[in-house]
Amino acid sequence: MRITCPICGARDRREFTVKGAALALERPARDAGDVAWDDYLHNRDNPAGRSAELWYHETGCAAWIVVVRDTVTHEVFETRLADGDTEAGS
Amino acid sequence: MRIGGEGLIDRGARLDFTFDGHGYQGVKGDTLASALLANGIRLMGRSFKYHRPRGPLTADSAEPNALVTLGRGPGQDPNARATTVELHDGLEARSQNRWPGLDFDLLSVNDALAPFLGAGFYYKTFMWPRAFWEKVYEPAIRRAAGLGAISRVHDPDRYEKAFAHCDLLVIGAGPAGLMAALTAARAGAEVILADEDTHPGGRLNAETLEVDGRPGRDWAAAVAAELSEMDNVRLMTRTAVVGAYDQGTFGALERLAPDIAARRGAPRECFWRIAARRAVLAAGALERPVAFQNNDRPGVMLAGAVRAYVNRWRVAPGRNVAVFGNNDGAHRTAADLMAAGVHVSALIDSRPGATTDLDLPFFPGATVTDAHGRKGLEAISVATTSGIDKLQAECLAVSGGWNPAVHLTCHMNGRPAWREDIAAFVPRDGAVPGLRAAGACAGTFSTRACLEDGIAAAREALEEMGRTAPGTSAPRAEDGAYAITPLWTVPGKARAWLDFQNDVTVKDVKQAARENFRSVEHMKRYTTQGMATDQGKNSNTGALAVLADATGRAIPETGTTTFRPPYNPVAIGALGAGAQGMGFAPRRLTTSHAASVDRGAEMLEVGLWYRPSHFPARGETHWRQSTDREVTMVREAVGIADVSTLGKIDVQGPDAARFLDFVYANTFSTLKVGRVRYGIMLREDGHVMDDGTTARLGETHFLTTTTTAAAGEVMRHFEFVHQCLCPDWDVRFISVTEQWAQFAVAGPKSRDLLDDLLDTPLDDAAWPFMACGPVGLGGVQARLFRISFSGEHAYELAVPARYGDSLFRELARRAEALGGGPYGMEALNVLRIEKGFITHAEIHGRTTAFDIGMDRMVSRKKDCIGQAAAERPGLREDGREQLVGLKPVGAVKMLTAGAHLFNETDPADRDHDQGYITSTGFSPTFGHFLALGFLKNGRARHGEVVRMVDHLRGVTAYCEVQDPVVFDPKGDRVRD
Repeated sequence: MRITCPICGARDRREFTVKGAALALERPARDAGDVAWDDYLHNRDNPAGRSAELWYHETGCAAWIVVVRDTVTHEVFETRLADGDTEAGS
Repeated sequence: MRIGGEGLIDRGARLDFTFDGHGYQGVKGDTLASALLANGIRLMGRSFKYHRPRGPLTADSAEPNALVTLGRGPGQDPNARATTVELHDGLEARSQNRWPGLDFDLLSVNDALAPFLGAGFYYKTFMWPRAFWEKVYEPAIRRAAGLGAISRVHDPDRYEKAFAHCDLLVIGAGPAGLMAALTAARAGAEVILADEDTHPGGRLNAETLEVDGRPGRDWAAAVAAELSEMDNVRLMTRTAVVGAYDQGTFGALERLAPDIAARRGAPRECFWRIAARRAVLAAGALERPVAFQNNDRPGVMLAGAVRAYVNRWRVAPGRNVAVFGNNDGAHRTAADLMAAGVHVSALIDSRPGATTDLDLPFFPGATVTDAHGRKGLEAISVATTSGIDKLQAECLAVSGGWNPAVHLTCHMNGRPAWREDIAAFVPRDGAVPGLRAAGACAGTFSTRACLEDGIAAAREALEEMGRTAPGTSAPRAEDGAYAITPLWTVPGKARAWLDFQNDVTVKDVKQAARENFRSVEHMKRYTTQGMATDQGKNSNTGALAVLADATGRAIPETGTTTFRPPYNPVAIGALGAGAQGMGFAPRRLTTSHAASVDRGAEMLEVGLWYRPSHFPARGETHWRQSTDREVTMVREAVGIADVSTLGKIDVQGPDAARFLDFVYANTFSTLKVGRVRYGIMLREDGHVMDDGTTARLGETHFLTTTTTAAAGEVMRHFEFVHQCLCPDWDVRFISVTEQWAQFAVAGPKSRDLLDDLLDTPLDDAAWPFMACGPVGLGGVQARLFRISFSGEHAYELAVPARYGDSLFRELARRAEALGGGPYGMEALNVLRIEKGFITHAEIHGRTTAFDIGMDRMVSRKKDCIGQAAAERPGLREDGREQLVGLKPVGAVKMLTAGAHLFNETDPADRDHDQGYITSTGFSPTFGHFLALGFLKNGRARHGEVVRMVDHLRGVTAYCEVQDPVVFDPKGDRVRD
């Protein structure tokens, strides 16, 4: 599998570490309440299809990257640098 | 036997080899199979289940029968296909799965028992008594069945791995592949052309067909020569592309030529990972047999293989050969044999309307019904309209048609499509993104059409990559139609083989259908068809046709099983190349490594790092002696330990303090410049992630340390938090773990040691506990931190890594002069247990700040990672297991990490579990074991006696719960 790092270009999957759903970018406010924090910390969809994930280019430029890909076909639709205001699972 | 004429062999280069201990001669260019056939040897192996005598069916990598073991001793290589083994001088090959010998095999009794050994036999028979399966039945079955054996000792052979990138990967160097590669190469694309054979050319090397007015193999050699002259082409022979993976990644296994592999230190094989922007699959097609009675006799071969042995290797597979087929390829085989001077006893064509110009006994509309000759074919039975004829033949060339090699197109879950006109499956477009099939593997069978198909596939790929393809036209070549009338089986009472390697017959598949294993996937697993090392290359379609017929369905309805990588067997040694022994993981060595080893230190693996366990002194024979001495040394004099493996992250910027406040549970913005503070970091779910000290080197400059184990994780976390959660904050950080060598100088004499060593003696007022700052050391600017992981008055001294080795040697020498010396991980561990300091044994991912007694460090005045979750009631309530210290009070004095804790009189079972021990060590300071652990509501239970039970090691001990900090609880010594 190959992932295109927005900074470095297409690289082998071995250079990256996956963190999980890109939902991790949408950190609730400190006082957002248990439900919001539960959703953020623990509740995850398990889509067979399009999903947005966070990958870390660990042995490359150390950037965090949102990888939008299909969990069934493994097609990568889009990669972009992760930032605070990403819509997950676009 | 060898015949005259030109092939792809060098008759002048004679090669000696042995098979089952007998010496033979072959020539350069031979495979083991062609050389054995040239020596009149047809019997090369025994079958898996029935121990039937077998000879080669093919002349390629699909071979199911002629499997041999190469070499001897630790490097022996089982299950090599004789049809692909390159002959070389001194080659030693042995047959497999026979005892005592290939010619007389006692277990061929299985063949006589065949009526009882059909599909599902094991499932139905060895059911009772149940306990017998593992102890009696399975070992016996495994001994009786099977293929070659591994040596069971370390493989001394070397394997390599390599990576390659290209615009276009062309898989297979037959007519289609050569033209595809040539077209792309002339357009300037970076091309890799890979073929599993030693010579590019594919079927052209096995046929008498002409291309561009000259013999096909000469044309192929000329194209290959042109390609290998081009800088943008990598021509890889002996390289089988075995798997298609995501985003244009392919796996390929390269066998090195025997003369190169024989060189000292050279690898046998290299596993390639090839990243290609586009790929053309030109893998050709695999011929399939027809199932008739006893069609597995040595001497029954595929027609295309017979042509290859005759045309390429100049070997006649028998003195008289019969040919049987359902397509025109059979006729070509008869013609080639006759042209080579081999006697053809009959041409049997199952198509009633077939005709021939050849001058030979011709049987249109007839079938071969049986093969005779126990250890080698002697005769065949032919059913014609007038009855059964028995004809003499030492070899029968069979063609049931061709199956396009669709395998790689199915590796990413693609399913092939059935084409009725050629009675075969072909790849679907787009089954592997970026890959197109061309030529025979796409169901295009004439030479001319393959050449054109190769050009077209390359042009399309080039266009997608934005390149213009130069006009290339296909050379002249044979352009005949492929005429086939399907024939899968010939009826008969005796067994007719489908899967030769796993001994699956027509009867087995029919039985599977009868017993309602109607799904092709169920049939496969019930009969084991297609599950041998050849993955059913010759048998899948035939078995499917039988199943379709038995279940009254058409073939496309019945479906296919899933092709998975690898296309050919790949040795684990090749996949794991370089990862044996020390190659398994990178080694990280500290600057004091050499000096520590010089001193006889035993090194421990700590993650990727190597750290000294202890430094044995003269006369010490046990690690405990050394460790006890080292602990006492630190407590009474001074010890030196390399602590460079702790992660060091340099954090700088106007928002550095704010950032640390956010990633740590406690506050760093209030830390004064020149001071150090201990901190804990939480995961977002409220559990402790890591701990360590952070020094403020300047107003906007911090140096934060992590544990050795979590250094990478913390760096990743820092990057995440900054880039994703607070990207606007002006802060930058970088790992400096390897840039600084850092040593603990610990013990009551540490100040004396440093006063003498540093450019200026330490001023006590300026260097209180938890102070930090620059110091001079022989003209080198060093960093000094007055911190302690031992509970003693201690420092950590850091210098740029290039000075690490000399500084460690100097520190150790000076410490020894003061009655101390270097200490290792074991002593470091005992020292910290005496002080109740935690490591990842305690912060193991399921403990909270509350559990380890540091709840008060979690600042409620600010937000921080993990703060919201840490507030949840479940994570900070009294019933939780809390950090405690333990000491033995009963007869058993040993405490063991991993043991569980129970109330004194409770049974030691899960329901009564009260906690567990995380760290233990013998404390020479107290004269007994000490432990840290977690106990339900433990902080309120100091003084209570609990029972420790280690079910794994069989140790039970009574221990008293105490405060985790047992040595110098007030901390006077660190401040002294």
